[in-house]
This record gives sequence, C-alpha cells and structure tokens, in this order.
Amino acid sequence: MRADLSRFEVVRPRALDEVLVRLGEGGWSVLAGGTDLMVTLGALALPPGRYVDVWRVDALRGITVTDDAITMGALTTYADVQRHPLLQVEFPMLVEAARRSGAAAIQNRGTLGGNIANASPAADSPPALLAYGAVLELHSRAGTRRLAYADFHTGYKQTLRRGDELIARVILPRRAAAAAPVAGGVRDGVVDAYRKIGTRKAQAIAKVGLAVRLELQGGVVADAAIGAASVAPVPLFARTTAAALRGRPLADAIEAAVAAFGDEVTPIDDVRSSARYRRQVAVNVLRDVLAAVSAGRTPVDSL
Amino acid sequence: MQDGFVGRSVPRREGHDKVTGATAYVDDLSLPGMWHGVTVRSPVARARLLGVELGEGVPWHEFAIVGPDDLPGPNVVKLIDTDQPLLAADEIRHCDEPVLLLAHPDRAMAERGRAAVRLRLEPLPAVTSLDDALRGDVVVWGRDNVFREYRTAKGDVDAALADPDVVVVEGVYETGAQEQMYIEPQGMIAQFDAERGVTVRGSLQCPYYVHAALVALFQLPPQQVRVIQTATGGGFGGKEEYPSVIAAHAAVLARKAGHPVKLIYDRVEDVRATTKRHPSRTHHRTAVRRDGTLVAMDIDFIIDGGAYLTLSPVVLSRGAIHSAGPYRCEHVRIRARAIATSHPPHGAFRGFGAPQSVFALERHLDVIAARLGLDPAALRRKNLLQPGEQTAVGQVVREPIALDRVLDRALALSHWHERRAAHEAFNRSTDGPLRRGIGVATFMHGAGFTGAGEVHLASVAQVQAERDGTLTVLAASTEIGQGTNTVFAQIVADAAGLPLSRVRVGQPDTAVVPDSGPTVASRTTMVVGTLLRRATASLRQTLRDAGLLPAGTGPVDPEVFTQAVARYLADHEQLRGEARYEPPPGIAWDEKAFRGDAYASYAWAAYVADVTVDLRTAEVRVDDFVAVQEVGRVVNPVLAAGQIEGGVAQAIGWALFEQVVYRDGRVANPQMTNYIIPTAVDTPPIRVEFMPPFLGDDAPSKGIGELPMDGPAPAILAAVQHATGAVPTAIPMLPEQLAQVLQEAQS
Repeated sequence: MRADLSRFEVVRPRALDEVLVRLGEGGWSVLAGGTDLMVTLGALALPPGRYVDVWRVDALRGITVTDDAITMGALTTYADVQRHPLLQVEFPMLVEAARRSGAAAIQNRGTLGGNIANASPAADSPPALLAYGAVLELHSRAGTRRLAYADFHTGYKQTLRRGDELIARVILPRRAAAAAPVAGGVRDGVVDAYRKIGTRKAQAIAKVGLAVRLELQGGVVADAAIGAASVAPVPLFARTTAAALRGRPLADAIEAAVAAFGDEVTPIDDVRSSARYRRQVAVNVLRDVLAAVSAGRTPVDSL
Repeated sequence: MQDGFVGRSVPRREGHDKVTGATAYVDDLSLPGMWHGVTVRSPVARARLLGVELGEGVPWHEFAIVGPDDLPGPNVVKLIDTDQPLLAADEIRHCDEPVLLLAHPDRAMAERGRAAVRLRLEPLPAVTSLDDALRGDVVVWGRDNVFREYRTAKGDVDAALADPDVVVVEGVYETGAQEQMYIEPQGMIAQFDAERGVTVRGSLQCPYYVHAALVALFQLPPQQVRVIQTATGGGFGGKEEYPSVIAAHAAVLARKAGHPVKLIYDRVEDVRATTKRHPSRTHHRTAVRRDGTLVAMDIDFIIDGGAYLTLSPVVLSRGAIHSAGPYRCEHVRIRARAIATSHPPHGAFRGFGAPQSVFALERHLDVIAARLGLDPAALRRKNLLQPGEQTAVGQVVREPIALDRVLDRALALSHWHERRAAHEAFNRSTDGPLRRGIGVATFMHGAGFTGAGEVHLASVAQVQAERDGTLTVLAASTEIGQGTNTVFAQIVADAAGLPLSRVRVGQPDTAVVPDSGPTVASRTTMVVGTLLRRATASLRQTLRDAGLLPAGTGPVDPEVFTQAVARYLADHEQLRGEARYEPPPGIAWDEKAFRGDAYASYAWAAYVADVTVDLRTAEVRVDDFVAVQEVGRVVNPVLAAGQIEGGVAQAIGWALFEQVVYRDGRVANPQMTNYIIPTAVDTPPIRVEFMPPFLGDDAPSKGIGELPMDGPAPAILAAVQHATGAVPTAIPMLPEQLAQVLQEAQS
C-alpha cells in the first residue's frame, strides 16, 4: 500500500441520520463497498480527505417487494441481486448485469448505490436500470426526493445528486415478466436482452453494454427502452433509438432503430478500446437482438 | 530406474505453503530499523536532464537521497554493454527511467518525497516506433539506431527466388510487447555494512547476475556480496535482468541511509518501468514449388530493444536461429537486427525472441498454403526436418527426430481432418454470426543457452551430505513456480537411491551455493538437473571409494547411507559431490559466421487450436487446444503439463488479449484493470501430450519452460483465417484489430 492512509479520515456510522449530518456539513465523500474507491486509492488517485463509510448502515440494506415495485436499499450488492428470486424472474437483465460484474469478491462488496453514484459510463448495472425505468430515492437533511434514473446522469461523472444527498434506494416498477421466445417471433409480450462485450469473459470492464426491453402487441412495438454502457459520457438512455421503434411493427423498424442508435452513441477512443469498434459493435449487437426477437430466435449471446 | 521418483508426479514441494498463504514473499519480510525506498522516474521519453529540485514541505533532512554522484562505483547496469546507467545522469532515454533514489523510515513519507521532486528537463526528440528508428532521422543509439545485426546464409537465395518454376510468397508479420505479469511485483531488501559488505534479499531468477552487478557497483570482493532469493511469485524472464537494477538501488540507499532499505514496486511502477517482451516485425520472402516444397527463405527479422542494449543481442540471436523453423530448406538467408527506440528496454520473456520469429514463419506458411491451395498441415508435413538434415544455421540434427509423428499425433487428437471439413461445412451453411476454424503450428525450441553460452557459463552444482544422512542440493537455480525444488529432489533422490524425504533443496544464497547459472532458457532441469545427477553419483562414489557403501547405483537403505555418511564425516570436514558443465561432444558454434550447433538439444512440438469467431463483435474464443511435444524424458508429468498449460495460456494472452499501449513512449495501461490477461474462463481445455522420447525411455530431459510460448499464437491466427478467410498478420489481435482485418477482407 503506497497511499498515505494518515491523510484519510474515515467514519463508520450505523445510523442513516449521522451519514446525512456529515454530508450536510460538506467536505465528506461516501464510501460504500469500496470496489471503485480502493482501485483509485491503490493508484494514488483517490483525493485525501474525509470519507463516510456507509457499509454498516442497515437502513440502506434489504430488498422489499410490493404489488407495484421492488425496492432495493442502496447497499444491495451484486450478490444480493443474483440471489433474489423475484428479481431473477422479473428483472433478469439486472441479475445478468450483476452476474457479469467483476468476480465473486467484487460481487460481494459492490453495491447498486455505489455503481450509480460512481457514475462510470462503463458500469454494468445502469443499462439494465435504465431499461427498467428505475427510480432513485435520495435522502438528505433537507428531505427525501425521488428522481427518474433516466434523468440522473447529466454529463461525464456528473449527476443530479447534490453533495448533501445520499442515494438511499433504487426502485424498480414492476411490469409484466419477459416472455420466452416463441417460434415465428414474439408478437405479444415483453422481451429483455442484455449484452456485455468485454473481450474477456469474466472480470471485464464493458467495451459495450446493452440492455433492451421491448413490449410487443400484435408484432408492433408498444414500448421500448434501451440502456447502454461505454458508448457515451454517461450510462446512455437511448431515447431516440427507442422512439424509432415505438409504434411500428418490429420487423420494419429494425434498420431505422439501428441507424438511430449509430447516431445516438458517442463513444471515444481510450486505453480499453476505440470509438470505431464501440460504435460498430453497439450497432451490430442491437441489430442482432432486434432481428432475433423479430424472427423468434433466442438471440445467440456473444462469445 | 522405473521404481524411482523421476517420471512420477510427486507433489510440488512448496505448494502447500503457497496455497495456504504461509509463504513469505519479500514484501512480507521486515528487518530491524528498515527504511523504505522509492525511485524518482522520468515522466518523458527523452530529454536533457538539467537539474533535480527538492520541493517544499518535505522534511528532506530525514531522507537518504542518492543521485548518480552518490554511487560507490560505476554508474552502469552490468549486462552485455555498459550503456545503461543505474541512474540517468544527463540524458533521459526512456519514460520511467530512474533518476533519483529516496529512502525514509516511513513509507508514506517516502512517497510524499517522491511526489515533491521536480525534474528540470529540456525535451529532446524521441523515437517511439520501429519505422522512426529505421528511418534514422533521430538517432538515439550509436550511428544508426542498430544495437546488433546478425546475418547468415546458406545456398543461393537470390537464384532460387528467381527460378521461374517457383512461386514467391511475401509477407510482413508483427508482434507486440507483452508484460510478464508475474503475480508478485518486483522488490528487494538490502543491507550494507562497511565490514561485512552488501546483503540483498529479494524476488529474482538469477542470484549470480545480481551478485555480479553488486560486485561491480560496490567494487567489493565477491565474498562480501551476498544475494538471497526469497520466495518468488513468478518470473517468466521478467526477473532475469531487472532485479539487478532494483538490488543496486536498494543497496546504495542502504549504504547512504545506514539502515536496511526495502524497495518494492507496486503493479503500476512494475509494469511501467521493468522489461517486456520485444515487439517484432518479420519480413518473409519465400520460394516454394507448387507441390509445397520449400526452396528458399529470405528472412528479415527486427526487434525493438528499447532505449538500452541490455540483453537484446541474445534475444535477437535466439529469434534469428528459430526464424526458419523445423523445416528443410536448401537456400536460406537471415538478416536480424535489434533496434534502439525510446521505449523502456525490452527484455527477457519466456521464449526469448523465438515466439516472435516462430509466429512470423508459421503465419507465413499458412499464407503460402492458402496461395497454393494446400492443407496447412500437409504443407508443413512435406517440409519437416528429418534426421541428419541441416537447420537454417547449418546444425545437423543428430537425434532420430520424428516430427511428422508429433504432427500426426496432434492432428489425430484434434480430429484435424474431420473438424476442418465440419467447420467448412458449417461456415458455408450458416446465416448466423459465428464462424469456426482450426489451425496448426509445428515448431522446435532450442533448450539451454544459445551457441557457446553454456560453455562460457561453466555451471557448477553440488550435493552435500549432512550428518543425519540427508542430502542438500546446492544450486543457484531458483524456484519461480516452475517446479525446480521438486524436480531437483526427484533427480537427486534417484541418483542417491534414497527416499525423496531425504533430499533437501535450500533457498539459493550466494554465500552457500555455487554458481549453477541463471534460471532461464529452459535450462534448469536439463542442464542443472544433469549436473546434480552427476554430483550425486560422485558423492556416492566417494562413499564407495571409502569402502562405506556397497557398489551399485540402485536404492540404498537410508540407515546404511546415514551410517556411511556419519563414518565419513568422522574423518572429513564435509562430504560433497560436485559436477561442472561439459558440452556434449562434437558441438561447435561459430558466432561470427552465425552458423553451427546453436543448441545442444531441441524440443519438438505440434499445436492445434480450434476457434469460434463472432462476426458481430470480432471476438475470438479458443474452444479446444491440443499441445503435443517431444521433450525427452519427463521428470514430473503433472508439473510438466502445468508448464505447457501455463505457457499456452500466456501465449493466448499474447495473441488475443494483451496489448501494451505506449503513449509518447510511456505505458498507458499499467494496471490489471486495463492490461487484460485471460482468465480461466477465457482459456480452453488444453490437451497436453508428451511423445515417447525419440531416444527411448532413458533419454535425457530437454527444456520445456519456453516451448509452449511458441506455437499457440500462430495456431490461433491460422484458425481465425480458416474461420473467416481474412488473413490477420499481427498480434496482439484484439477484437478492435480483427474487426478491421475482417472489414478489409470484405472490401
């Protein structure tokens, strides 16, 4: 450990109120599972200063189910997500995202709240949360507010969370469960498809991530929601692409949607991949998913 | 001998302690009063160093500070040449080059000091590509940026290429740098004492390399320098030459501080500063008859040595010798150059130049096969070297080699013909995104030092009998995860006729062990193992000559042996057997002509890769891998298979995952989160088979550590070519690169 730990002050409260008091004071940052911050610390890139470790705050844990929604505490880990029987049935893309994040140790520590707050455009769970229309509940001394997650990310590592606020819960509105593919194509029902392209099959950081939810009625796209990772400065909620699908017969809308997606993504060249590759693969994978749903095939997952 | 330990998969000796976390590595060790060292490095690839300023807010009086003027001896990293300084004095020649050393009792304060040092630099033009170096507009080394050039030729290449009856096929093939990514980053602890001299402990492959470097730097008698290898978490060549630098740095800091100093690199520093595999470019021009017979090879092999000469000439030499492969060809011309650039020096890495040139040749053979419409396996089979024939550098292979049998076995195990046909049928009929292919590579790997290297080393190994009747192995060969301790114990136990439990293999310590040479070049089992067998036999002979043991070479009753040793030691101070390297008879290498017996022995192999390519993502999955080789006698089948599997996995990384991104000469992805190595799920089932030795059951063992690095990359790219029809010619071939190759093939 090369980092100078004497320059970090860390408090570990158990009460949510104490966390909110600290955040209200200003100058405190939040530490949850640590799976992002510890990497930064190891690289000597974590700013020294004051950190509130929220790991012991029980009020931020637990998954509760009502008729309308599944509400997950911000400290819900990827392991918790994978184990939850109802999430497995109704929100399989989130479960898949959790399954493909890091390795077992990361999955035991990494939290949904942290994954959202860290605001990495490459994060695995945001595309699924976007496609599922998640709502965030933020707490502060000033009160509690709810935000559509689709509005949360405003720029690279910029969010609507104020410095005095803590992401306390992630709420998933319950809708119809996804249907199994049927021969001749899905004409009625909901289809989910999650893809993560990371070159390496485990412990990868996404080069392209994609979560597609389609609601079909009589072969027509009644609703569509698409989240994507690593193709924009933020976890991308692809509104234009979804609009290109909505209200049209799926089979006829594929090429327009794929073209819209190609325009909507704004990937970059970096040390992990190239803009050109990311754009091409994002487009290829979306086309593949839509074509498979349209043809009633189970989309062949990428290698 | 069938009842002995050689040939049996006895468990790895240090395995339990490593798996349970009991093993102490250098960073787990602490000495009383120990300080922590850090290295201030250059942030740019090339500059004049005008000055070093110690910034504000740091209690500098508490630090030990070492610059080029504070060294006890020459400011030189002792290797082949003397061009590399231990600390840059006036010109910076690569990014992350060491400039200043600091030590402080508190590690965090040492880091604060490192961050507060400012270098005053005047930028100089850098050379960050092979093309720039060859163009020579900017000269960073010698007159022409060429560290070393070798040329060798046989026959009349130009006439053969001009023959109207041949097809001439040309191609250029490139390989990238590769990080060794041993699990334990590098580190050393040094002590200095005016009377007792220098003692260094650390993670390393070659205790006597470090010893020589410290003797030269401190100008001390050899016995006043002591180097002790601590448990080492992998090396792969990365701990061959670089540990000498860290040991020297730690030792000069210890001398300055008056305290022991620990100098540990973290992953980022290790990846940025230490050596990597040489990038390469090979140009092949080959004359081949329409039936596939190789007639002439014209080979131009270039490697990027980085900013200093280091070991590049020897890497180049091995690469050049392997560049024409295990094939019969009458006319061969090889030109090989190691080029200087402003990259951190590239260095030793498993295979040492051979994987680069083997990749190029094997890739080229697939291009030739495609051009002639031949099965790639058939093309190779037609040209395989036969007993009594000459290699490209004129070595007559004396062994009764049967590489065609090795190839046939690999083809049978992989169901080559059936799979090839099945994949072609699948690819023709599918309208989905997946394509399948199968590819093969045949190759040889020379074991031990190149040319007269082993003769110059004149390695010595000893076996000592203790009063309790046990034997202690005395060798400088290090356990770096490859099984040295276990294999040595097996060999010595059999030679002594004793149970395995009676043989101890100590940690190499230059105060105790003779110089059995470096732990490199796949030489440990083959060369040092042989020395230990002879040393043990000699010890036994001493007891027989003294009338204390009956004649014979078979098992000995341990109690009888213990009594014999006790009686011998009653009259003598110690009982040791010793052996010194002797070259096999009739071996001669002409370094000037670059011809002759390049290696005392070769391992032979044929590898087959079966892949799926996803056209949507340009990702490649290796579905199955067959590795068949002849390596002489296998001492420990489980450990040997582990070496092959590990090498194949490392080569899959080199081929498909691992990209060292240099930006302005600096490694831009120095962490495990952005330098991507394959995980277990990215690694296919690897089916390893060792052929019965060509020389029969009692054949000597050959080196195997590097062999498996040579074949996988070309076999995998051949399979991708078979799957897609595109012709990839460069690695690493990440999906980003393959996507481009596929696109170009389409248009």
